[in-house]
Amino acid sequence: MSFLQHDVPLSWYLLLSAILFSLGVVGFLIKRNLITVFMSIELMLNAVNLSFVTFAYQWHEVRGQIFVFFVMMVAAAEAAVGLAIIIAVFRARSTLAVDRIDLMKL
Amino acid sequence: MNEPAHLWLIPLFPFLGFLLNGILGSRMPRRLVSAIGVLAPLVSLILVLGDFGATVITAASSCRGCGPVTALALPAAESLSFPWIAIGALRVDFIFVLDQLSAVMLLVIMGVGFLIHVYSVGYMRDEPGYARYFSFLNLFLFFMSILVLAGNFLLMFVGWEGVGLVSYLLIGFYFQRNSAADAGKKAFIVNRIGDFGFLIGIFLVLSTFGTLSFGDIAVTLSLEPAWHGTVLTVICLCLLVGAAGKSAQLPLYVWLPDAMEGPTPVSALIHAATMVTAGVYMIARTHLLFDRAPVALWTVAIVGAATALFAATIALVQNDIKRVLAYSTISQLGYMFLACGVAAYSAAIFHLVMHAFFKALLFLAAGSVIHAMAGEQDLRKMGGLRTKLPVTFWTMTAAVFAIAGFPPFAGFFSKDAILYAAFLQGTGGKLLWFVGLVTALLTSFYMFRLWYLAFFGKPRSETGHHHATPMSMLVPLVILAVLSVCGGWIGIESFSAYLKPVAAAHRPMPTGNSSLEFILSIAAVLAALEGWLIADKYYRRKTERPAQLAAALPTGYKLLLNKYYVDEIYGALIVKPLFAFSKYVLGGVDLLLAGLAWLLAGVASMTGMILQRWQSGNLRSYAAWLAAGAAAVLLFLLLTGSPHAWSLPFFHSETIFKVSHITVIQPGQAGH
Repeated sequence: MSFLQHDVPLSWYLLLSAILFSLGVVGFLIKRNLITVFMSIELMLNAVNLSFVTFAYQWHEVRGQIFVFFVMMVAAAEAAVGLAIIIAVFRARSTLAVDRIDLMKL
Repeated sequence: MNEPAHLWLIPLFPFLGFLLNGILGSRMPRRLVSAIGVLAPLVSLILVLGDFGATVITAASSCRGCGPVTALALPAAESLSFPWIAIGALRVDFIFVLDQLSAVMLLVIMGVGFLIHVYSVGYMRDEPGYARYFSFLNLFLFFMSILVLAGNFLLMFVGWEGVGLVSYLLIGFYFQRNSAADAGKKAFIVNRIGDFGFLIGIFLVLSTFGTLSFGDIAVTLSLEPAWHGTVLTVICLCLLVGAAGKSAQLPLYVWLPDAMEGPTPVSALIHAATMVTAGVYMIARTHLLFDRAPVALWTVAIVGAATALFAATIALVQNDIKRVLAYSTISQLGYMFLACGVAAYSAAIFHLVMHAFFKALLFLAAGSVIHAMAGEQDLRKMGGLRTKLPVTFWTMTAAVFAIAGFPPFAGFFSKDAILYAAFLQGTGGKLLWFVGLVTALLTSFYMFRLWYLAFFGKPRSETGHHHATPMSMLVPLVILAVLSVCGGWIGIESFSAYLKPVAAAHRPMPTGNSSLEFILSIAAVLAALEGWLIADKYYRRKTERPAQLAAALPTGYKLLLNKYYVDEIYGALIVKPLFAFSKYVLGGVDLLLAGLAWLLAGVASMTGMILQRWQSGNLRSYAAWLAAGAAAVLLFLLLTGSPHAWSLPFFHSETIFKVSHITVIQPGQAGH
């Protein structure tokens, strides 16, 4: 673990987190497939997780790591519900294009 | 006393009936609707009977215990109260008081009300809106029992307005008919004038006494025995305006004849037996105030006597059977006001009860006649119904004799008590007595006129195919007929002894003697007999005479037939100017307000048109806005420096960034 502290500076982790997050945002905005949009959300969540872990390590603070567990837990639950919704939507509409699913009902 | 909390049950059951029939009635079978509608007043009637027994026992024990009336406050047999309104110094309790007066009233309301509900089952059988009818009727009983049980002015006013509302709804029951809808509105608006007076009276009471509770007012008055201020007179005159509106006295009586547009059982219950007597009840309830205001009392007496005579003269020539009865009701209410005006409150209530019996019976019998004539109400087209409707005929006969004041029928005792009490009040009282006597003659005449026209002679029209009268209509008629015959046998002495703790006048009353009373009652009976003989002559033996008389006195006849043109005068003096005023003056104001409203609406819809582009329904555009917003906040934070310097009024930077404070300090020493 020590090589992290010596070899890679903090800002790199944060930069990676920011890039991943931006990728998530852009993916969310430009992709039409609902599953891709969903994956983008996961990407954003994990980018945030990365910065949480980074800061927690930097400051020897356990609360950041606990936060990450919470986020992962919520993400898992969200994945289960979200995928179920996606399946239901696909069954009803035979499409997964987000701009076709704008009626707030099936 | 014992279990005071069950008073709320009395209004509860009619209210439940109203809710059930009002909400679910249109989906329920008619039998269930009638069962609910009839059971609600029956249960309340049984409760009232129980309470009434309790008050009789209380009255008996209190008479034995103490000679003079020592009670300062209302001698409440039972009461129920909890805080209702408390604003600063103003404190109004939700208080129900059951004393002798409210017990008598409740007995009449629930008793006659129950009979009329039963009657309605038969009468309204084929009408549309059956459930609506019964739910309104139950609602009426609910509000009326609140009015009667109320222990302060405000709660009484709630019941007062409530019965006004139900009266409006039921007058306009056949709302498809223009005349019915108009009559409902007329009743409502004319009552507003009276209610305005009542409200002013209530406000004056509040500012004078600092309380609205009848009991507290009684205590205050008893502490100041010499208080006879003008304030009390003004309060009483305001209350009189309210009472005159509700009880259809001059000059606010005009709504009652038109109220006959409603179904006949409604006329019997609301516009004859109970609601219109609320004014009399109110004066009797607040009589401690009236006792201290002799001017107001005289006004009450004069209004009553004038109304009695005025309405009786109109009733002489009316041809609609229900209108005759309506004017007769106004006239009899005038008698009750006359009794209140001479401080004979128990006589007024006695007449109220007897009147409830025989006038409800008259209306129900008239309803039976109308039912048999297939809706025909014109007396000139009736005739010869004696043999076709024997039960109706005999019950109607009992009622006619009762209202005309023949012994031993109910009306004799009560009317006699009123006339006697009036006669004892000095010279002015003798004048009032004379007016009452003339009215008694007129009453007897127009009632026997109706009796002869409807039941004797030959049928004057062939249109009526005679319906059979159902049992549910006949039984209430018979019960009410028995009451109209025997009701008066209670006697005014025992009745006023029972009411004494509540309704005895707190002012010096003249004493009479029994021989004078006997002579006066002979005079009253002679007047009634005279009226009968004239009616007999004109409408049985010489049936051509009325027309000749009308031809000989065309002005007088027309004046009476058109009810002294009062409606026309009110129309020309009040309604038309008001209409013109609203049209031209208020019309301008309306235009301004409407313009303002349009402007505001225009601004709102323009803003909406611009902003609605935002709500595209496109998920990705929302997400983009969200991201842009987050980026903007981030940029703002970066540009305005560190989070510690950053403070917006609605953020508490200390609490938000406390964590980072601590964590910033820690790196040096912490480590694991």
